[in-house]
Amino acid sequence: MKIAIASGKGGTGKTTIATNLASYLAETANVVLADLDVEEPNTGLFLTGESILGEIKYKDRPEWSESNCLLCGNCQQVCNFNAVIQLASQIIVFPELCHSCFACSELCPTGSLPMVKDRIGELKGYRKGNLTLIESRLDIGQEQSVPLIAQTKKLVDERYGDSYMKIFDSPPGTSCPVIEATRDADLVLLVTEPTPFGMNDLILAVDTMKEIKKQFAVIVNRYGIGDERVIRYCENENIDIIARIPDSRDIASLYSKGKLIYTEVEDFKEELKKIHNYIKSHFNTKL
Amino acid sequence: MKEIVVISGKGGTGKTSITASLSYLAGEKAVIADCDVDAADMHLLLDPDQFVAKDFFSGELALIDQSRCTGCNICYDTCRFSAIINSNNIYSVDRIGCEGCGYCARVCPEGAIKMVEQKVGKLFISTTRLGNTMVHAKLGTGSENSGKLVAEVKKEARRISVEKNADYIIVDGSPGIGCPVVSSLSGADFVLLVTEPTVSGLHDLKRVYKLVEKFGIRAGCIINKADLNQDIARDIREFVEKENIVHIGNIPYDNSFTGALIEGKTVSEIRGSLPGKLISESWHKINETIK
Repeated sequence: MKIAIASGKGGTGKTTIATNLASYLAETANVVLADLDVEEPNTGLFLTGESILGEIKYKDRPEWSESNCLLCGNCQQVCNFNAVIQLASQIIVFPELCHSCFACSELCPTGSLPMVKDRIGELKGYRKGNLTLIESRLDIGQEQSVPLIAQTKKLVDERYGDSYMKIFDSPPGTSCPVIEATRDADLVLLVTEPTPFGMNDLILAVDTMKEIKKQFAVIVNRYGIGDERVIRYCENENIDIIARIPDSRDIASLYSKGKLIYTEVEDFKEELKKIHNYIKSHFNTKL
Repeated sequence: MKEIVVISGKGGTGKTSITASLSYLAGEKAVIADCDVDAADMHLLLDPDQFVAKDFFSGELALIDQSRCTGCNICYDTCRFSAIINSNNIYSVDRIGCEGCGYCARVCPEGAIKMVEQKVGKLFISTTRLGNTMVHAKLGTGSENSGKLVAEVKKEARRISVEKNADYIIVDGSPGIGCPVVSSLSGADFVLLVTEPTVSGLHDLKRVYKLVEKFGIRAGCIINKADLNQDIARDIREFVEKENIVHIGNIPYDNSFTGALIEGKTVSEIRGSLPGKLISESWHKINETIK
């Protein structure tokens, strides 16, 4: 079972839900929490454990080898991303624009653009009891997070079978990184807040989930802070609101220190139970 | 003309609310660019009239003409993104997985695959209720290339700022450190980092600042919700000092942001609001810094 925690707007509480839910579920099951917000991974600030994994992650890109090159211009012509340019008598590769499609390399008549690997980030794994944390971190200056997200999911799939509950902490937004992080999930939990910003971005996130045909439900965080428009919207659209986390300075303060909430705030734990019950009743899972 | 980009690394620190207040304070002298095209929110506070709207095309998607497809499987073997679907020898393209590289179209022996240009969003040029010119965009659902749309929004904003002889371009950036953020930073004169005193706020600030450093842009920092955690607020101030970032100001944890938001206003328009007053002081300090 894979559950992705996502949101259109940033800072609505994705990581709070992901870390607390993972830790709570790990009291009774094997859980893997994968931090797919690789641009700004934060789960490791809330959970730690014994180090079990450390890998450098790479992306493929072409490198020009001058000796046999005919300067035929084919590589420049086949690249749809302007990542390979022929300038006078040399070929220039822009690694940050390359999508690793291999077209220039494999279609080069003289094999003058062999693919090489560029470091894009780092993956680390930790374990504490039943809970495994996988965290990937994009190197600063790398622009594309999708390849690192895809490689992280692949590792989770290969190492952890169906006996694990898998929770994916997704990046904010609605574009390619979010889609990569949520596309294999059985259920996407959209975290929002009851404000006009939260409402606007929830609608965008809902549209995105519909577009990629994902089953989803909503968690309202900081409930009580704004107005009722988010609640009314979900009711009108027949979207399940499965938890309402109260707006609380205590919760904000625990979060600020990097602490888990549910072990200290009983109301919060009750909401996690509701999420767990929803998962159990909608998916035939023992986890 | 000075270009000020507001970013935060972490989402939800109050970036858009503060940017909207700065837009209020700068008034007609500013062109506003909402570069958080993934989840654009500033229009909720500035009420732009969407006077000009244009479609934004970028990137392509493969499309297989099934009447010409012989099922040779070459496209399937070629695609590095697992975006070719073979369902009982009927070949099609997974629109979500396709990166638009066009490799399949080039190698298809039957010429059965064509690349179709994608409409990825809409770009608007507006006048806001506060009198600013605003360039903003809406990314199509599930679209790629948000970095390119950001670049387009900035290009329009620059063109208009020259035309109107504006004093400022104020840019609301997106969270993270990836392509839309890189795109919004390019060519900026000053970066305003909005952070909060939480372990995540500080962690993300440090990462996004490393990116800003690569661009060599002068930076300032506002600590929002500054009284939430005194210890981390102090850590942030130490970091800011060490890195030679200008400490622009502190704003306390205050529900008047949400109150103003529900009324569709910037907090600067709320009479007697403490955050409003502090943002005015911050604006003054920003102006002194970029002079």
